[in-house]
Amino acid sequence: MIQATQNEVTVDVAGLNFRELNLILREKVACRAEKITLLNVCGQRYIGTGLERPVSIDIVGTPGNNLGSFMDGQCISVYGNAQDGTGNTMNEGQIVVHGHAGDITGLAARGGKIFIRDDVGYRAGIHMKEYQAKKPALVIGGTAQDFAGEYMAGGVLILLGLNLKDGECHRANYIGTGMHGGVMYLRGEVDEFQLGKEVGVAELADDDYQVLREYVNEYSDHFDCDAKEIMSGRFIKLYPRYLRPYGRLYAY
Amino acid sequence: MKTYLPSRFIVERDKDRCIRCQVCVNQCSFDTHYYDCDDDAICASENNCIGCHRCVSFCPTDALTVRQNPLEYKSNYNWTAEAIENIGKQAETGGVLLTGMGNDKGYPIYWDHLVLNASQVTNPSIDPLREPMELTTYLGRKPNEVELDGDGKLVTKLAPQVRIEIPVMFSAMSYGAVSLNVHKSLARAAEQMGTLWNTGEGGLHPDLYQYGDNTIVQTASGRFGVHAGYLDAGRIVEIKIGQGAKPGIGGHLPGEKVSAEVSMTRMIPQGTDALSPAPHHDIYSIEDLAQLVYALKEATNYTKPISVKIAAVHNAAAIASGMVRAGADIIVLDGLRGSTGAAPKVIRDNVGIPIELALASVDTRLRQEGIRNQASVVIAGGIRNSGDVAKAIALGADAVYIGTAALIALGCHVCQQCHTGKCAWGICTTDLALTKRINPDIGARRLANMLRGWSIELKDILGAMGVNALESLRGNRLHLRGVGLTDSELEILGVRMAGS
Repeated sequence: MIQATQNEVTVDVAGLNFRELNLILREKVACRAEKITLLNVCGQRYIGTGLERPVSIDIVGTPGNNLGSFMDGQCISVYGNAQDGTGNTMNEGQIVVHGHAGDITGLAARGGKIFIRDDVGYRAGIHMKEYQAKKPALVIGGTAQDFAGEYMAGGVLILLGLNLKDGECHRANYIGTGMHGGVMYLRGEVDEFQLGKEVGVAELADDDYQVLREYVNEYSDHFDCDAKEIMSGRFIKLYPRYLRPYGRLYAY
Repeated sequence: MKTYLPSRFIVERDKDRCIRCQVCVNQCSFDTHYYDCDDDAICASENNCIGCHRCVSFCPTDALTVRQNPLEYKSNYNWTAEAIENIGKQAETGGVLLTGMGNDKGYPIYWDHLVLNASQVTNPSIDPLREPMELTTYLGRKPNEVELDGDGKLVTKLAPQVRIEIPVMFSAMSYGAVSLNVHKSLARAAEQMGTLWNTGEGGLHPDLYQYGDNTIVQTASGRFGVHAGYLDAGRIVEIKIGQGAKPGIGGHLPGEKVSAEVSMTRMIPQGTDALSPAPHHDIYSIEDLAQLVYALKEATNYTKPISVKIAAVHNAAAIASGMVRAGADIIVLDGLRGSTGAAPKVIRDNVGIPIELALASVDTRLRQEGIRNQASVVIAGGIRNSGDVAKAIALGADAVYIGTAALIALGCHVCQQCHTGKCAWGICTTDLALTKRINPDIGARRLANMLRGWSIELKDILGAMGVNALESLRGNRLHLRGVGLTDSELEILGVRMAGS
């Protein structure tokens, strides 16, 4: 079942449950594996959670929910679609999904980068945080469902809209509801009613373009597309209008 | 806008005793006392007084008396002073009424309707001064059966267990809601007394990782300060679903309390409100709860019990059963009188059920389903003394959490102004000038003293019953009798009427 060459390991995980799979990952990481390829992944949850050393994990198949939750410095590439909770509360590291991802992608991320080639589900990037240099990024190639960037307190969320047809708007409503930190860059059309009440719209400044270009370049490297063409599209910047969106809710 | 609200307190100053030292002026964080240099007199803006008695306690000449304003509205059973003034406040602000601490309404306190048993003639009581008494409690999932090998050694692999020396732990109070010095006091007292304190949902300050063995780390819907190192630091990881003071709603830590250091542990901008959504957006069902429970077990490699805390609500028993089946090793029930640093008053005063009834029904349900051993049950919300603790244990709790009681040990006078961030006792604030008022060495000593007192009292209670271990009292409702309760109340509590 398991073949190993020095620091590169390939494991066929067909039929294993998540506990067995993660046990194997822990053992391999303890043996100083640097690259692990998992074959026939089918719905196993929490892949990449609780690993103590940096490692690169290639997933062939469909990982289950909470891929890379609480992850701390590992790199995961998925050749397939990811499910809900990808990068849940991740601290450091990188997740690259060559396909779609489900709901709450990047929930409460504290650091690291997530690249999704296609679309994501509801509440992507909810509750992302940042503190000084720790600044998570979520880059979505396609479009997102409602409540993208809800409650964002930090980080960068980029929505590229690459699979939208000419004249087609992003589908999400309530974008950035409750946002009170961080920034979103949106490529593609979006109507004003689709935005949360706490979000402001602005043109990108030079330093915005600098940040954006860096992530778009990375996106293009991962998914082999033309960064220039992506950058030639029209972007808008969404930012939190208030530091305290609900500050006037209460009688003291 | 001109306020129609009267002062709630009257500040009386004995002119003969007052030496105009201005201690009251400096101690009051609500700007009640001020010095009038023209008249060389100390005066009071009584409208600002919230009745915390900080000035009274610190006046060196006992010159101050603060008492309730006896303003008597025309007598009306329905329109009480509180009802009138709440509307006045909302008419002036248009906001949700905020409050701090636990429910102060006159709901029945069932502890006061339960009495404990003692040994007389037919079995001997035990003198705990001379005989060994055991309060040690192990929290965590217990196996259905144990298997021993030929040498009497345990073969069964036990789930992680956490040993505490007194069945009283400090309830979750987040860094941000309370100050770092309060956390230090709680952590040190927990370490000294062999019990646990709880970080609450605001993360753990770097200075406190050293107390990890006595720490419960919490993860709530805002996921503030949650990362691998934090989860590793704690002894138990607790998922907070709900809180007794505000079942079903999230939390907003007001921006005034989000200081530079709170911003660091929570990873949100300084001065912004820390927003915890009402639900965890990765938990919409029992199956989803199981997912987070196992995500945390994977993240901690199955070395720590995972606790799940809910507010006691109508269907608590069925929910608790689901929680146990979702993999929770400890379930925490927080009752109607559970406290808070800030909650909408209408929620605090009206939502949830009394903890005594929730505990009894959850314990009964888990026993009926044969899964009571699979999780420890911890309760919170209104525990005032060791008598309440003993009754809770007899009703079926493995341990209790105390929040308000612990803060009172630190100096809290239950003035219910936690949400303002101006706590004059330096507890529920992040204002650096105020937080200095809690000295962690003294705070830890006061907390440890209280726990020591309670532990001696618990041993006295056990001795009087003729049992020498808390385990013999746990879930033993025959040691309780009810007074002044209806048949349905007695039935839910699983307790017989006194005299029967």
